[in-house]
Amino acid sequence: MRHRSLLILTTVLTTGALTLTACGSRSDDKGGTGGSGGSSTSAAKNVTVVIGVDAPLTGQNSATGLGLQYGAQIAVDDANSKNLVPGVTFKIEAKDDKAQPATGQQNATAFTSDNNVIAAIGPLNSSVAVSMQQVFATANMVEISPANTNPALTQGKDWATGKKVRPFPTYFRTATTDANQGGFAGDYAFNTLKKKSAYVVDDKQTYGAGLAGIFKEKFSSLGGKIAGTDHVNTGDNDYSTLVTKIKNSHADMVYYGGQYDESELITKQLKAAGVKIPLMGGDGMYSTTYIKTAGPAAEGDLVTSVGVPVATLKTATDFINAYKSKGYPGDYGTYGGYTYDATTAIIKAVKVVMDANGGKLPAMPDARKALVDAVQKTDLEGVAGHVSFDQFGDTTNKQLTVYQVKSGNWVAVKSGIYTG
Amino acid sequence: MHTLPQQLANGLILGSMYGLIAIGYTMVYGIVQLINFAHGEIYMTGAFGALTVYTNLPDGMSIWAALPLMLAGGAVVSMLIAVGAERLAYRPLRHAPRLAPLITAIGLSLALQQAVFLWYPNATSGKTFPQLPGGPFHIGSVDIQSGDIFLVVAAVVCMAALAAFVRTSRTGRAMQATAQDPDTAQLMGIDTNRIIVIAFAIGGFFAAVAGLASGLKYGQIKYDIGFQAGLKAFTAAVLGGIGNIYGAMLGGLVLGIAESCASAYISNIPGMDKLGGGSWNTVWAFVLLIVVLLVRPQGLLGERVADRA
Repeated sequence: MRHRSLLILTTVLTTGALTLTACGSRSDDKGGTGGSGGSSTSAAKNVTVVIGVDAPLTGQNSATGLGLQYGAQIAVDDANSKNLVPGVTFKIEAKDDKAQPATGQQNATAFTSDNNVIAAIGPLNSSVAVSMQQVFATANMVEISPANTNPALTQGKDWATGKKVRPFPTYFRTATTDANQGGFAGDYAFNTLKKKSAYVVDDKQTYGAGLAGIFKEKFSSLGGKIAGTDHVNTGDNDYSTLVTKIKNSHADMVYYGGQYDESELITKQLKAAGVKIPLMGGDGMYSTTYIKTAGPAAEGDLVTSVGVPVATLKTATDFINAYKSKGYPGDYGTYGGYTYDATTAIIKAVKVVMDANGGKLPAMPDARKALVDAVQKTDLEGVAGHVSFDQFGDTTNKQLTVYQVKSGNWVAVKSGIYTG
Repeated sequence: MHTLPQQLANGLILGSMYGLIAIGYTMVYGIVQLINFAHGEIYMTGAFGALTVYTNLPDGMSIWAALPLMLAGGAVVSMLIAVGAERLAYRPLRHAPRLAPLITAIGLSLALQQAVFLWYPNATSGKTFPQLPGGPFHIGSVDIQSGDIFLVVAAVVCMAALAAFVRTSRTGRAMQATAQDPDTAQLMGIDTNRIIVIAFAIGGFFAAVAGLASGLKYGQIKYDIGFQAGLKAFTAAVLGGIGNIYGAMLGGLVLGIAESCASAYISNIPGMDKLGGGSWNTVWAFVLLIVVLLVRPQGLLGERVADRA
């Protein structure tokens, strides 16, 4: 029976290989122990404080992920050149989570065990955030995501029933939630676009499934018809079956909860099959890569995204100019401004902590703990609007904007605050 | 059920792609009893080879004129890597225990994937691939894209050519002999090393065709497309009966149709609405594989070979 046993062996090996590739750990072997790190020394000497950034920097979602890394980089460069916190030089350390929860958790562990890291920015994906929150909470380390929009991250799993409980005091975000975003989209689709029948697709991830569910609820409560629902796997590239189902359902729009990696192919295959209906999605789809890949098929497609267009904000001009002049890769449009503000919030909180401690940064575990309170009390004018956090760690800036692809560019068509 | 013709066509098109890749698994297994797990990556490098040719062609050149050059470029890359892998990685292990070349294949697969990821310019995220103009074409209630037509035509032409080659040519008959009994074939004066190299080269060529077709169909290629495609094609090869070239193509088509029909219709069955939809297609593909292997362990067209059982 060598033939069959070889097959069994093969299966086992393949599974093994899959598992191994998923957990390729990268330990930097620095920090960890030695509690009296460089940061506990007096303020007279210039100390270096590291702010970690976790985002997908390669593969899936990397265009928006790189926007996080370099948005934070510019904030740190500005703080250093303006000497915002005297005696402290800030540094960014970016880690790639490949949009995978397991990798994100490893990165979070690496950050918390490195005594030079005071706080972290990220991640991009809500599903990755779920696996990182506990790690940061245990270490009393502040994590501010400029991009996570799933409501449960700050308001607990029963948020929809009104029982809002903040699960982690160390987690904050500068992006507003999908409870607002999905409702805003449903409202726009029904009342402004006058769409009557929507086909709802999601990618089964924390972000995508959550957003699609909220849209569906809002759209049908307004009187719209849900022509059908389906789910796709991230990383798939053949959507012919889905396209046939959508075509047959006679829906007049498609709503997709997920990232641009899948939706850019779905819209392309949809339009190629002669189904000329717009595809609408959330902030995960708001990327120039979407238009670049989908080409003319993207025309007329819509997204909702957090905040108002960064380019229209006077305060953001310097940020955009810095991003462009340094030639950084990635999309700063969606989360770049929010990342800059999140990083600035941490930097200013470090100053608050130092001022309360006689101008010195406390030793690391204490500094991290003190920072949580300081960040909670954040109150500053950022490049993307006012930055402060409510009792759940959510931003108080609940602006949303609908964008539509017109002549190959995302054009803002409506901005506002969703009121339910 | 009036979407059935369209869903069958979708499955057939997807299945042609699986079949083209599965040929490489089955030819190599038939002759050296090695599951070449790097084959998915050979498919991926074929697509990248074709893209490289395209990006270096003068601007404004018609895609139709570029197509043969892209195919040639992809084929050269895929065949060189396939033959190089055989010569450098598998041949030294020809008489080693079977586990050794198998693990080598997995290692090679990871190495090729990471090599493209690291060294191909901007390959860390998806690369845009040119698409064929024209279409969609309507045949009855079925819509077909021009990229799909290329894929199906390529699969049929390649398969017919391979069948004719294996049946009628001297080399083809030498391949059959080597597959039956390599030692006796060698005693009869067949250069088995040459036959093995040819098997790898043909597999590489088919993978390059699939890689090019995939790029044209989806308009995008990534460094990691080889993994899933390779796994599905391997499943197709086992489903059809590994070692049998017709089985590989049939297995691919059956798998493609099963996937597309499962994701289209299972959710309509009362009580099964949670188990259908696009995200479950891989699950149903493997359920099919398990059922077929329980009933016919040798695969759809496989033979019970006494000396290997």
